Amino acid sequence: MSRMNEQQVFLIDGRDVPFAPGQTVMQAALDAGVYIPHLCFHPQFKPHGSCKLCTVKVNGRPATSCTLPVAAGMEIESETAELKDKRRMLLQMLFVEGNHFCPSCEKSGNCKLQALAYDLGMMSPHYDHFFPDRPVDATHPEILLDFNRCILCELCVRASGEVDRKNVFALSGRGITKHLIVNSESGRLGDTDMSTTDMAMSVCPVGVILKKRVGFAVPVGQRKYDTIPISEQFGDAPNAVLEQTR
Amino acid sequence: MSETDVIDAILDRHRRDGTRLMQILRETQEQLGWLAPATLTRIAVAIDWPRAKVEGTAGFYSFFHTRPLGRYRVLWSDNITDRMLGNADLTRMMCEKLWLEAGRVSEDGLVSVDTTSCTGMCDQGPALLVNYRAVTRMTPQRVEQMVELIRNEAPLADWPAEWFAVADNIRRGDILLNNAMQPGDALRACVARGPAAGKEASSNDRSWRETVVANPGPALALEEIKLSNLRGRGGAGFTTGLKWEACRSASVADGDSRRFIVCNADEGEPGTFKDRVLLTAQPDLVFEGMTVAGYVVGATQGYVYLRGEYRYLLDPLNAVLARRRAQGLLGRGIAGQAGFSFDIEIHLGAGAYICGEESALIESLEGKRGVPRNRPPYPITHGFLNRPTVVNNVETFAASALIALQGGEWFRGIGTSKSSGTKILSISGDCLHPGIYEYPFGVTIAQVLPACGARDVHAVQVSGPSGICIDETEFKRRIAFEDIPTAGAMMIFNDQRDMFEVARNFAHFFAHESCGFCTPCRVGTSLLKNCMDKIADGHGSQHTMNEIFQINRLLQMASHCGLGHTACNPMFDTLKKFRPAYERRLKTLDFEASFDLDSALAQARQMTGRDDAGSHLETQS
Repeated sequence: MSRMNEQQVFLIDGRDVPFAPGQTVMQAALDAGVYIPHLCFHPQFKPHGSCKLCTVKVNGRPATSCTLPVAAGMEIESETAELKDKRRMLLQMLFVEGNHFCPSCEKSGNCKLQALAYDLGMMSPHYDHFFPDRPVDATHPEILLDFNRCILCELCVRASGEVDRKNVFALSGRGITKHLIVNSESGRLGDTDMSTTDMAMSVCPVGVILKKRVGFAVPVGQRKYDTIPISEQFGDAPNAVLEQTR
Repeated sequence: MSETDVIDAILDRHRRDGTRLMQILRETQEQLGWLAPATLTRIAVAIDWPRAKVEGTAGFYSFFHTRPLGRYRVLWSDNITDRMLGNADLTRMMCEKLWLEAGRVSEDGLVSVDTTSCTGMCDQGPALLVNYRAVTRMTPQRVEQMVELIRNEAPLADWPAEWFAVADNIRRGDILLNNAMQPGDALRACVARGPAAGKEASSNDRSWRETVVANPGPALALEEIKLSNLRGRGGAGFTTGLKWEACRSASVADGDSRRFIVCNADEGEPGTFKDRVLLTAQPDLVFEGMTVAGYVVGATQGYVYLRGEYRYLLDPLNAVLARRRAQGLLGRGIAGQAGFSFDIEIHLGAGAYICGEESALIESLEGKRGVPRNRPPYPITHGFLNRPTVVNNVETFAASALIALQGGEWFRGIGTSKSSGTKILSISGDCLHPGIYEYPFGVTIAQVLPACGARDVHAVQVSGPSGICIDETEFKRRIAFEDIPTAGAMMIFNDQRDMFEVARNFAHFFAHESCGFCTPCRVGTSLLKNCMDKIADGHGSQHTMNEIFQINRLLQMASHCGLGHTACNPMFDTLKKFRPAYERRLKTLDFEASFDLDSALAQARQMTGRDDAGSHLETQS
């Protein structure tokens, strides 16, 4: 009789990683404690693969690890100089297409974009800033929306639609003018049924969706990524202890 | 009729079905002029979608507007071929005469003038769209007349009819364009080919479809398609027979055995206009090919995804469909076969190149933003409404009809061993006879160029911006899947043309058409555009060119779909083959600061009314 429990494995950077049938490379990697950088992936939602930070090479060919189903024996390259370089470029692109001013941002230290930039050693934005005009929305009594920092990961769209069942958020526009919109005729958050207990409140990896009046309750310097890099505390894995700062 | 009555009538006509949102939005806008916030709310409530999702769709497509853009909306086609025919001067002239800035609405809300991606009239430009109706062959006289008509608020129906005339310009026909097939011939050949065992027993469509696998008629028709070795004409060249077979045998577990046939007529690749001509000159051939596909895979519904720029074809095509229904070639009991049911509907796009990508097209067909899906699964198993779906190009269906009639062996005898049949080329640019040329596969560029009256040719862009740019050393190459595959565009540039400007035009095109889903394409295409503009402004350096190569590598590696993968091709090809066109624009081949101190003082000069030497930091040498 064959051993039923013998687990199938694939390789990430030469290391054996076990996986369950139907898992994606990202899921299996995170479960095994192997970090692959990501922004638009969240274990609770169907992955869609838009940020491309998790681009890896599979048997020499590039692929998006959050949408790629694992097959036994796959050889994944992730932490190579080439891939890190491409990820840095993607981060730089995300930085210049929005308006990110870390020193004055209340999400600083809890921001995954910032944490990844530190982790990958991004030293400058490199490209010319686009400086888009994105007014903030402070119409909700308890919640502030600062679209300047939106990286279009769609996590709030998915959380509000799939978990909260409110569909408060959606995307409109196309290409570089793509932007987050709010589900009301006025376009204002104050005219929606969004509440601070919604899951959409807690999934934003950057500082777009913020609870008012608590911004600096935890001082800068004592925040999630201030001392430990994101690659060593990726709280997205289902079993991980650390997740979400509220 | 009040606005809400107008909207409700449209909603009722579309059965308040959210998957029909694109048509609902288009028809509403056609009647009300724009999509006001309250309009979107009313539509969202009726189709029971989140309002933001409706707004998301409306905001995705260039031809939908959620703010008023004037009672007259003029959009100049801005392909490089339109540029070469002088559209920039004409646009400027029009704006001046209307006291208008391009991209802005006039203060009285009467008119706006802007540019749009190639409208598929490259052989008869400069072209434009006025309220989404195609106008060809613009001249200074026409601009003057048009401005007068707009100022006098003359309805479009009163405008000169010849402005809206679109010529076919068929210069060389072959099996497709010269065919003498009568409507229904191919379907009758299909039915005659095999006994329809087990089919007559079927009393309804479902049982007919479930017996398809055992039914030799469709299987024999499929054999002919496979035998023909027909490959997709949209550019990618997937074998049609395999696609149909996979769709036909796709398992449908949940009892819903619907399958769909979709004709991709979203001919957005700049320089391509052969599908427009096929749908004008040979619509029966295309519809018949779709019906053959329906017969083979067991689909009863087909859609033609017609690009919004070809809005003017909607009524004529619907008339052809109505005639075919009356002839018993669509609907139930086609060609006298009980249970052979198939119908076709035209779905109009709204200005989004990305919808030519088959999974984005399907999203759009479902009323959503045209964002390419993650694949697998592929449309052949999970397509429209998540059902097995065949998506083929217009020309592929046209060829399929002929194969169904004349057999795969006959078809395979034409063209080359790896590329059977013919290819319709849309030729534009520097030649005496731009238009449509159908050649057997294997024809060389060098054979085509004299035929269309091209002289002193410097470069040819084959298959549009996402294709390949070749120089004179490559004119011996062949149009074939094994050499230069093409969706059909050939834009010709003579030795007076500046290939840098060609590439820059294409860079702007890709930045405008990126769907914005993935980071590298959304931001990268805009960065590329900025790099090209920087070089054009004389601020480029070797560093800028290196940046282009860097971004190219990222786009190749990390983009979500083909748009991102190919967005750098024009820059990459022209940098390799026409490098001097770039280098002569660089002040030095070394570093050049992107910040120009002197031009930063322009505003101060304007405010003080000075322009003397002392108000400049440096004088141009």
